Amino acid sequence: MFNYYLRLAWISILRHWGLSLLMVCAIGLGIGAAMTTITVNYLMSANPIPEKSEQLYYVQLDSWDINNPFNDGLSPPDQMTFTDSTNLMRAQKAFRQNVQAQAFGVIEPENPDMLPLIVNGRANSADFFTMFNVPFIYGSGWSRASDDSKEFVVVLSKETNEKLFGGEDSVGKSIKLEGNMFRVVGVIDNWQPKPRFYDITTGAFNDSEDIFVPFHLIVDEKISRSGNTNCWKPTGDGFQAFLASECIWTQFWVELKTEQDKEDYLQFLNAYVQEQKQFGRFQRPIDNRLSNVMQWLESQEVVADDAQMMMAMSFMFLIVCLLNTVGLLLAKFLGKAPEIGLRQALGASKRTLFSQYIIESACIGILGGILGLVLAYLGLQGIEILYGDSMKDLATLDSKMATLAVLLALFSTILAGLYPTWRACNIQPAQQLKSQ
Amino acid sequence: MLETGLILRALARNKIGAMLIALQIALTMAIMVNAIFMIQDRQQQMKRASGLDEANTFYLTNTIFGQDYNIISHLQTDLNMIRNTPGVVDAIQINAVPLSGSGWSMALQHQPGEDQDAVGSAIYMVDEHALNSLGLELIAGTNFSQADVEIRKDGQSTWPAKTIITKAFAENLYPDDWQSAIGKTVYISQNQPLQIIGVIKAMQAPWNGWNGVERSMLVPFHREAKGGYYFIRTEPGQRDALMPIIEKALAESDKERIIRRVTTVEETRKRSYQQQNATNKILMTVVITLTLITGFGIVGLAIFSINRRTKQIGTRRALGATKGQIMRYFMMENFLISCVGILIGSVGAVALNMWLVNSFNLSPISFELVAFGVVALFIVGQLAVLYPARKAALIPPATATRTI
Repeated sequence: MFNYYLRLAWISILRHWGLSLLMVCAIGLGIGAAMTTITVNYLMSANPIPEKSEQLYYVQLDSWDINNPFNDGLSPPDQMTFTDSTNLMRAQKAFRQNVQAQAFGVIEPENPDMLPLIVNGRANSADFFTMFNVPFIYGSGWSRASDDSKEFVVVLSKETNEKLFGGEDSVGKSIKLEGNMFRVVGVIDNWQPKPRFYDITTGAFNDSEDIFVPFHLIVDEKISRSGNTNCWKPTGDGFQAFLASECIWTQFWVELKTEQDKEDYLQFLNAYVQEQKQFGRFQRPIDNRLSNVMQWLESQEVVADDAQMMMAMSFMFLIVCLLNTVGLLLAKFLGKAPEIGLRQALGASKRTLFSQYIIESACIGILGGILGLVLAYLGLQGIEILYGDSMKDLATLDSKMATLAVLLALFSTILAGLYPTWRACNIQPAQQLKSQ
Repeated sequence: MLETGLILRALARNKIGAMLIALQIALTMAIMVNAIFMIQDRQQQMKRASGLDEANTFYLTNTIFGQDYNIISHLQTDLNMIRNTPGVVDAIQINAVPLSGSGWSMALQHQPGEDQDAVGSAIYMVDEHALNSLGLELIAGTNFSQADVEIRKDGQSTWPAKTIITKAFAENLYPDDWQSAIGKTVYISQNQPLQIIGVIKAMQAPWNGWNGVERSMLVPFHREAKGGYYFIRTEPGQRDALMPIIEKALAESDKERIIRRVTTVEETRKRSYQQQNATNKILMTVVITLTLITGFGIVGLAIFSINRRTKQIGTRRALGATKGQIMRYFMMENFLISCVGILIGSVGAVALNMWLVNSFNLSPISFELVAFGVVALFIVGQLAVLYPARKAALIPPATATRTI
């Protein structure tokens, strides 16, 4: 029976091809628009480290100006002062902890024919690599001991290793960075978390860095820091005065295994701030926060307003397309009233009629879904072209999204077909036959 | 309008069908009006002038990696070389570029002290060639002199004695009379005095999304730093030819630095507003396709209802109705449905706008735009129904006699 209805549906679709085309196009456009925006939102709000996002916490302390609170007092500063992050680092109260900042430098290749290379860097603690499950091709991150003994070690990205060493195992070799020799201890495999959760202060969808070096190198002025700096109190002259200032420019992450550990760490932070208050710092009420990865991304509103707005718009667009389909299906099925009357008179039950017309709606839905998928693919390509780098890797359709697209199309067309089908089934056969 | 009652009675027999069209029109209008509003909002934002001579300027980054490098003497040589290149109007060292997205800001206050209100402003560290190099217009006061320019070491916390600010900043500091800003002393870093010696017409901050984007100040500094920009203005039409020449000359003059990112200000503007531009294009596509879908939906439904009523139309024609009257019937029918749709749509447009205002900090919609939406959708509806109505009018009166 199913195949028979399928054939009937096909005949009917072809007979009113103009109308069918209009419906398929409407559903296709609606689904295409909805899927495009859903995909962008889905990728923007993805969990970049699902296996342990609940155990990684970003630390915020409210060290800001009492007269002029940060973010109007709604949330503590989004970065930390050097003083606080080094104090917390020294306390070692968490299972793992990482202080970091963005940096940049120039690498002078040994080969004199090669041009010097400007690289984006990250200055971080040894725990960075284990905390964030960074994958390595060669070697590994440096040890906590290297942090303590202020060693000149470096971890390269796969791309940088490709440029400098042609992609071979470079562990143990040296590079000249900002005039100093650094020993390579590891090479990272492809690693581009999206969003780049570990530092969203300079753009949540930036690429990960070319090189990683110990944080103390910034302190010793062996590498230049970059990224955002925010100050509220005048600083003295020179770099040491800057380090001791109330300027925020470091980020601090901790890894805490259990809920209890989190409570304990918060206690510790509060005690720390209380202690600092004695030195005249932290004049605002205590507002220390520990946010796990997803909480942190959400609080910093990583998903762009534009993307959310577009998604809302495209859902309304889909509704218009569906209303359109309901209207057209209704007209089509009611137009078949004489045929339905005849079939009913010949003994077709309401149930058979119902399944026949629902199958016809579903066929249109599937066709619309396939068209929608093609349009979503094109839409995402378009978004990547229009938005450029900022949307790179955020506009790809995976199989999960593709299935969702077809299901959404099918589901919504069946929904749209319900009322017209119901009306068609309730046609009075006698009246229809009379007028023929 | 005798027909109105007739049409209403006919519509009442197919309430759902008419409601569907009305709802579709309503949603289309709500989306269309808001999308156009957002497009206009972004266009306004993009139209704001940066204050620079955008067509004839470019910049590049200069990153020094050599050790024991005399930054200041090289800076002088570089600037002299660039300024003496034929076709170059002027050139400066600068710490940031308007609209580029990264730069410095500081807050100024009227009185010294910790607990004073302060107004944030972008800081541009330049020398006395800045006005000429950037193409800025000095509308009051004077320019810096060569003697005003100090050397700033990295991490230095003191500031020069003089500053030039934008008119928008002056208006913010002295709301009653911006011209009174000239000669006034303001305080930077809470307690360092700074005298305003000039006001420029406009110069935008590096961040286009910042609500203080029109507030900028120039301070006379040459930076002794390892990274910075050279900003160059050329004679009209010479920019593109000079870009590679100057890049090459700088790169070859000494090997202990890297010259990179040679970029025009036009390109920077484009990149800065890339997102706004992209969103506008998408919104435009949404508006157009939505209108088309609604239009075609009306066409499809009208054709269907006409096909179903062929006999009745034939009968009316046979009883003496003119073609014009038949056409008018369907145009009127569409008009009535549109009225309901547009009424709901106007409320919907305002409601949607209110939601957008609440969730995304948009500004409230203007009345004119809603009025525009009303007119636009009436036209769309009437145009869409024109073809089916014409088809209906052409039904011959003889149809009425055939099947009875």
